[in-house]
Amino acid sequence: MSIVSAILVLLLLAMVFGAVLGFAAIRFRVAEDPIVDQIDNILPQTQCGQCGYPGCRPYAEAIANGDAINKCPPGGESTIQELADLLGREVIPLDAEQGIEEGKTVAYIREAECIGCTKCIQACPVDAILGAAKLMHTIIIDECTGCDLCVDPCPVDCIEMVPLRKTAKNWYWQHPEIEVELNRKELITSDKIAGEADRENAA
Amino acid sequence: MNRGLRDFHGGIHPPENKDLSTQVAIETAPIPDKLVLPLQQHVGQQSKALVSEGDYVLKGQLIAAAEGYVSTALHAPTSGVIASIQNASIPHPSGLSGSCIIIESDRKDEWGKRLQPLDYEKVDVSELLKRIREAGIAGLGGAGFPTSVKLNPSAENTIVTLIINAAECEPYITADDMLMRERSEQVIKGIQIIAHMLKPVGCLPVECLIGIEDNKPEAAETLEQTVKQLHLEHEISVVRIPTKYPSGGEKQLIQILTGKEVPNGGIPADVGIVCQNLGTAVAVYKAVALGEPLISRITTLTGRALEHPKNLEVLIGTPIRSLLNHCGLQQIKLNRLIIGGPMMGVTINDLDTPIIKSTNCVLASTSEELPNPTPQQACIRCGMCAEACPASLLPQQLYWYSKTKDFDKALNHNLLDCIECGACTYVCPSHIPLVQYYRFAKGEIRAQEHDHTKSEHAKQRFEARQHRLAEEAAQKEAKRRERSKAAKLRQQKATIPPHNSESESNSEDKAAVIQAALERVKSKKDKTSKLTPEVSNGSAAREEE
Ligand code: SF4
Ligand code: SF4
Ligand code: SF4
Ligand code: SF4
Repeated sequence: MSIVSAILVLLLLAMVFGAVLGFAAIRFRVAEDPIVDQIDNILPQTQCGQCGYPGCRPYAEAIANGDAINKCPPGGESTIQELADLLGREVIPLDAEQGIEEGKTVAYIREAECIGCTKCIQACPVDAILGAAKLMHTIIIDECTGCDLCVDPCPVDCIEMVPLRKTAKNWYWQHPEIEVELNRKELITSDKIAGEADRENAA
Repeated sequence: MNRGLRDFHGGIHPPENKDLSTQVAIETAPIPDKLVLPLQQHVGQQSKALVSEGDYVLKGQLIAAAEGYVSTALHAPTSGVIASIQNASIPHPSGLSGSCIIIESDRKDEWGKRLQPLDYEKVDVSELLKRIREAGIAGLGGAGFPTSVKLNPSAENTIVTLIINAAECEPYITADDMLMRERSEQVIKGIQIIAHMLKPVGCLPVECLIGIEDNKPEAAETLEQTVKQLHLEHEISVVRIPTKYPSGGEKQLIQILTGKEVPNGGIPADVGIVCQNLGTAVAVYKAVALGEPLISRITTLTGRALEHPKNLEVLIGTPIRSLLNHCGLQQIKLNRLIIGGPMMGVTINDLDTPIIKSTNCVLASTSEELPNPTPQQACIRCGMCAEACPASLLPQQLYWYSKTKDFDKALNHNLLDCIECGACTYVCPSHIPLVQYYRFAKGEIRAQEHDHTKSEHAKQRFEARQHRLAEEAAQKEAKRRERSKAAKLRQQKATIPPHNSESESNSEDKAAVIQAALERVKSKKDKTSKLTPEVSNGSAAREEE
């Protein structure tokens, strides 16, 4: 008899907790960003197509469907790292087929040579080029993502990609091991100061 | 005055080497032939040059204006001709150059129109703030934060304490020390003005503490005497704190003097405190009481590569070379030239780098004084760095995370609280350049953040463009359809045998064309009215083109 009642009580408890948990799961569901959006947010949005897809979002969709995470050269190592963290995948080196990770560049139009054909405007995915038909065109550096897409369409080859200029504002220290290789003796300013006290200690 | 002082965690006692430069009084440096004035001497936005090549400027004349709220003005330190505005060496660890105004001095040192001296008790606080902004004052120690911004705390923070940072804890530097010894009256009067500005209307005057390390007894005594002479004992107290590096760190000094802790990522105003550098107080005094903009400062020239180390009153923009020569530089002995102190300063290679508003020290060191870095060895996990860290961090962990670029973990271990004081590097028995790893990691983290905002922006522009293109395509499609419809209509007309009179057929034809045109206009109107609210900035700009 006591066994039956024990089983009944346990059963009842199980049902109650099950109901509570079930209710909580529905009531307090956290609406998460769909995985494609999360991936898309990590990609650099250069829209260059080097990954083999017509832009970052299509590549994000492809990754969500199982494509490799190492096909985006503009994002490079840090993007791969972030994607790996997000998706719980292995960090793999950049796929050399798609290109190599280079320093940041921006497009530059040699304005004297520009014939005002507007072809580059049509190619630029982020509207970073200003100009009108038959008039000189120019790049808004702050908007340019360095995707390279405006270079090919130009019939007179007056667009080139130049490295983004390092200024005191965007400069920062490199990894100390690289700095050592560069033999920069300013590496450690706050190293030992051999003053009187130290010499006295040594003596 | 005996206050209950608190201690902060960690800290070190490096050899001070301060008496090197305190043997002689402050001297005025000779006016150089050429002054180099970087447009970026402060935290925030670069100032905007107001002069052009060939202009003649008088001493104290405004030559560059503040651009934006967090920015400062710049004045000609002496009279002369603007030689050029070009890129030149700036005191920055990168060794890169920045945009500078270069003045060729005419050695007359002729003053232009000075600002009207103000009586701080009679004028409005906003007037004083405006004056400090006009005078181009940026913090004279540390990073050079525009002072007018710091003295204008947001309304929700009531300031109860003003702390004047006279700790000068870094070895070698004695600029503030000498300033207190020789110009204590200017110091105290400057502090009075700042305290007055922070005083909320009708409230008690703010409590005012001057924190000074006890290795400067002479300076402390002079200050105390001056305070007494001016009958300010109840308002300003000179507090001697134990000598320990880095007691002059803002958060550390606040903790020593008040026991309050500034929250992570917060500013002192959050706990009701404003912290100002001693030199800044003097600059404020000069700006308000004398109407002089910030065009000179006291800088320590020291190091064993100099024959006569001393403190100099230098014009902002003086190239370091001329100052070193003035102090008897022995070129052969010079090994490393540092701007700032040996712990937090930056090494520079170009002797033509100028003095800027925040340059408190130039250290010409020999190789015995500051030996070149010893090769780094593996971390032995001795824990000495954690013991020395004044921010109570775990430097050894931070080192691993920075080295392996595991920035998330580094952030979780409060990397951003590191004040880059170098205490950990100083004690590390394995000679690991720990601070360099943190600097690298911080730079990388900031760059990544920047990239993220940029990519977010690019995405928006890309989507706006996609949207616009889709709309355009739809519009074209609609037009095309209409045109083909009109064409069909016309064809039908054409197949109907012509009527007797030509005029009749003509008028009918016309009616059809008008009808079609009307329809087109109408549909277009519908489209645009639907479109406009969604057109984003980017595409709007494009449509103007
Ligand atoms: S390579 Fe990278 S940046 Fe270029 S389109 Fe593909 S995901 Fe975007
Ligand atoms: S300007 Fe050229 S390189 Fe820059 S974003 Fe546009 S298409 Fe790409
Ligand atoms: S002091 Fe140097 S060796 Fe010791 S634990 Fe810290 S990093 Fe490692
Ligand atoms: S440099 Fe940073 S980690 Fe090292 S002791 Fe100073 S605050 Fe701590």
